[in-house]
Amino acid sequence: MSGYTETQPLGRTATADGRASPDRSSAANQSHRLANGGLIDRQAPLQFSFDGKSMSGFAGDTLASALVANGVKLVARSFKYHRPRGIMTAGSEEPSALVEMRTGARKEANTRATTQELYDGLVASSQNRWPSLRRDFMAVNSLLSPIFVAGFYYKTFMWPAKFWEKLYEPAIRRAAGLGETAHLPDPDHYDKAWAHCDVLVVGSGATGLSAALAAGRAGARVILCEEDSHIGGRLLSDGGEIDGMPALDWLRRVTDELASLPNVRIMARTAVFGVYDGGDFGALERVNDHVPQPAEHQVRQRLWRIATRRSVVGAGAIERPIVFPGNDRPGVMMAAAVRTYINRFAAMPGKRIAVFTNNDDGWRTVEAVVRAGGEIAAVIDPRGKVPAAYRALADRSGLRVLPGQVVDVKGGVDGVRSITVATGSSTQNIDTDCLAASGGWNPNVALSSFHRGRPTWREDIAAFVPGVSPPGMIMAGAANGDLSLDACLRTGHAAGAMAAAETGAKGKSGNAAKAADEAFAIQPLWQVKAKGKAFVDFQHDVTASDVTLAQREGFESVEHLKRYTTLGMATDQGKNSNVTGLAIMADARGRSIAETGTTIYRPPYAPVAIGALAGHHRDQNFHAWRLTPSHHWAAERGAVFVDTGLWKRAQWFPLAGETDWLQSVKREVLAVRNGVGFCDVSTLGKVDVRGADAGTFLDRVYINGFSKLAVGKARYGLMLREDGIVMDDGTTSRLAEDHYLTTTTTAKAGPVTQHLEFCRQVLWPELDVQLSSATDQWAQFSIAGPRTRDLLINLVDPSEDVSNEGFPFMGVREVMLRGGMKARLFRISFSGEMAFEIAVPARYGEAMARNIMKAGEPFGVVPYGTEALGVMRIEKGHVAGPELNGMTTASDLGLGGMASKKKDFIGRIMAGREALMAPDRQVVVGIKPVDKARRLRSGAHVVPKGAIPGPETDQGYLTSVCFSPVLDHWIALALVERGRERIGEIVRICDPLRNEDYEAEICSPVFYDPEGGRQRA
Amino acid sequence: MRIACPFCGERDSSEFSYLGDASPKRPNFAVDSPNSPAEIEDAVFDYVYLRANVAGDMREYWYHGGGCRSWLIAERNTVTHEFKSVTAAPGAGAALAGQAGE
Repeated sequence: MSGYTETQPLGRTATADGRASPDRSSAANQSHRLANGGLIDRQAPLQFSFDGKSMSGFAGDTLASALVANGVKLVARSFKYHRPRGIMTAGSEEPSALVEMRTGARKEANTRATTQELYDGLVASSQNRWPSLRRDFMAVNSLLSPIFVAGFYYKTFMWPAKFWEKLYEPAIRRAAGLGETAHLPDPDHYDKAWAHCDVLVVGSGATGLSAALAAGRAGARVILCEEDSHIGGRLLSDGGEIDGMPALDWLRRVTDELASLPNVRIMARTAVFGVYDGGDFGALERVNDHVPQPAEHQVRQRLWRIATRRSVVGAGAIERPIVFPGNDRPGVMMAAAVRTYINRFAAMPGKRIAVFTNNDDGWRTVEAVVRAGGEIAAVIDPRGKVPAAYRALADRSGLRVLPGQVVDVKGGVDGVRSITVATGSSTQNIDTDCLAASGGWNPNVALSSFHRGRPTWREDIAAFVPGVSPPGMIMAGAANGDLSLDACLRTGHAAGAMAAAETGAKGKSGNAAKAADEAFAIQPLWQVKAKGKAFVDFQHDVTASDVTLAQREGFESVEHLKRYTTLGMATDQGKNSNVTGLAIMADARGRSIAETGTTIYRPPYAPVAIGALAGHHRDQNFHAWRLTPSHHWAAERGAVFVDTGLWKRAQWFPLAGETDWLQSVKREVLAVRNGVGFCDVSTLGKVDVRGADAGTFLDRVYINGFSKLAVGKARYGLMLREDGIVMDDGTTSRLAEDHYLTTTTTAKAGPVTQHLEFCRQVLWPELDVQLSSATDQWAQFSIAGPRTRDLLINLVDPSEDVSNEGFPFMGVREVMLRGGMKARLFRISFSGEMAFEIAVPARYGEAMARNIMKAGEPFGVVPYGTEALGVMRIEKGHVAGPELNGMTTASDLGLGGMASKKKDFIGRIMAGREALMAPDRQVVVGIKPVDKARRLRSGAHVVPKGAIPGPETDQGYLTSVCFSPVLDHWIALALVERGRERIGEIVRICDPLRNEDYEAEICSPVFYDPEGGRQRA
Repeated sequence: MRIACPFCGERDSSEFSYLGDASPKRPNFAVDSPNSPAEIEDAVFDYVYLRANVAGDMREYWYHGGGCRSWLIAERNTVTHEFKSVTAAPGAGAALAGQAGE
């Protein structure tokens, strides 16, 4: 164990260049800090506060190690019983020492003190207690614990059912729980990034370093991820000798060599949390969690997606607790964690330490305590004799070794005061302030099991080892059940070399490093059967008796055990409790552990903040925006925008003095109906269809025909899905013999393009036809109203004839604009007025909007938004999204007559099915209220007059609703059973959600200009 | 996960969308088909709705909408999600008259 006289930190921790000389007094205040050793920087003292109390630590400390160094035992209250809890581990598996970090908007709940690096000015506080950690009022729960057993909530708060949501659950949630969130927007930025490599190495202990070195030397592109701030894994805590040198010297040599290889990237503070299909890994880099707040333009955390061809997982093993009464008292710690605090952080967790171990590894903690000059109160080893390797130590140090079990731990909020040890039939009390316990080691099989690989039981180490790993993954070292240092070096090297070779790397990996192969022996001891509360899951307060209760009540399968007791369901996902819990279940059932099996492992391995998963996709960047070509012009005019899919469309253009949207919309509609207005319709999907067979192609995808459409003409078309339901509608123009331009609705532009490509590429590759999306290429404006032609005359070149004869309804052609630019002009109308759509290349869209305003100025032109567009289409009875709802047929929409009988088309045969032709289907009709002052609301149900509203009497609902400025009352389109036969019938409209009930008349869906004379004028 | 588009190379799976089983063949019936209406409806019904729920290798349609807009036919294992092969649909890429349909 040489190498602990090092005072210089390894890895990334900055040295204290230029800082003031060490603050001796602050070091002196650290009651449990060792005078020498550790990988802390004694030249860099740091001040921090916990629960308002100011303390000091050193650079290289975690919050947990600094608390240990300051003699702090009590750091938390437990989830359910509010029992006092301390620091249990020294790693990311920590179940107990969860704290609230920072204050204000940066406050973060449930941070593991064991992974939080100390920084100057760090502020942390305990959670789940009131009014204070020492005097927690809710600790009364602990007195009530006999009734708070597993399943208690289910059994007790069942009746009356309505009390659950309003009364029981909020009360329980207040009493049980962990930290509190900031309730403020997170001011920090989070990033997402991709990384690619040949070999991903997870973990930087002896195994990971050997693998990275072997793969890196061979020439593979390697990424090495380490969740800790320092590279080295257990080497930082356990030392040892490798290749004849102190482990830390070897560590420095290897990290130097890896740093010199350009094909190797080392990522510290980066936890790999999941493995996904195709060799993708998720990893979270805690870029700036170790400083008070990120520097300007820096991110707090970064979510990595790492694409790799092979992976070597050297994630180590996690020490498991023994279940005995009082095993959750502050001061009961994992044996290896005690070693870490002593060796790595020079912090002694107790003045008089007892060790309770069923395996040889616990004895290494005994050795570490002795070496550091600490006092061993006793070593309790139920196996009855001292392992051979430690006999000399036991003799030399005069250790009190007891062949028994710890049956009770006494103490208070300040931690352990004494333990009771049973040896045979006698018991004795031993004074101690820290009990180091080890129940053995569980290989960290999580990553190997995320693709449902079931771990397998290995009797000799009494632990689960990886089963079938995801493709390309090699488990190595302790994570694979090879627990000795030499085995880690050897298997890590072999795995790295193999992974590199499999990716085609040709270089030489060299030889594996060597270490003395220490023995590991264990005699399983899961639970000390003695009276008292003995914890299995420390974070969720699940006790051994909860597990046996679950068994008695029939929840025997491990998955049921988990749900019934919540074992392993907390933020630590049972890293140090799951295996123990199922071992106790196996014992209760009289089955073997192998037969009992494990629950299914799922990512993430470690908690990932939602902020990191969201990255920059928040607030206004939640999704991408698509702006119409006239967007900036519309924004200049104060347009109100609405999100339609990714598009931002002008909804209406309020004028000064207008206070209500309806006021603006009415004005816009009347301006169009009586004069002229225009609207940006560029968002409609546009698909260019070209080729000798373009007409045939369109005949097959639309219910109506297009091959006989004359060049220079447009036609409305309706397309069905294969199942006979309407997919989309829009106009198609024939620009040349072999060139059509098809339009889709805004919402369906993508899906329709995909569908058309499927038809072309998969169904009918023999057709000579090509498709290309032209939605983004054109800025298109609808100009509508009786004065449209007057406006156009000011817009187009005088040589262009836009008279009714020269440019009839449904005509299409290219025109020359004034100033010499070409545009496409379509005489189509959605509003029912005489209307043209004019299209120019998208980059001229904004200029075009300004030109239309100018050309229309003498006629009082107004821009109108999507609301006015919607009002006019409802007045005109045109169907849109609310009617094309994925359930309606062409005849439901009143468009059945369009279907050609002379050709086959997609959806033809399925549309002919009996139910889709049934006479009692709900079809599109108009609805007007009997009381003309009545406001209609979409979604209201239609029932016969005099009927009691209900599922049996429901006959349809209002799909589209608007106030008609022309009729001066509200109108609606509706889908109503047998609607077309019932024109003139008075029906009852029921809206139980809004508590409305009134009468209305079924009418024709065309409220405005039913003869269509205006659009043809 | 990446999918090897025959036109674009290996691309992230988020660029692609999935349609489903590529084995059903679309029946073609002219409006004056001599087949009985029941026969026609059954054939089209099977094409539209009937799918085997394969656990294992399956030929599937995928669409590279975030790239070249090609329809692809992939052989994929529905249990492991492993792609065995990815080929272009017969009409993907430039149109060539006279190709056989899927």
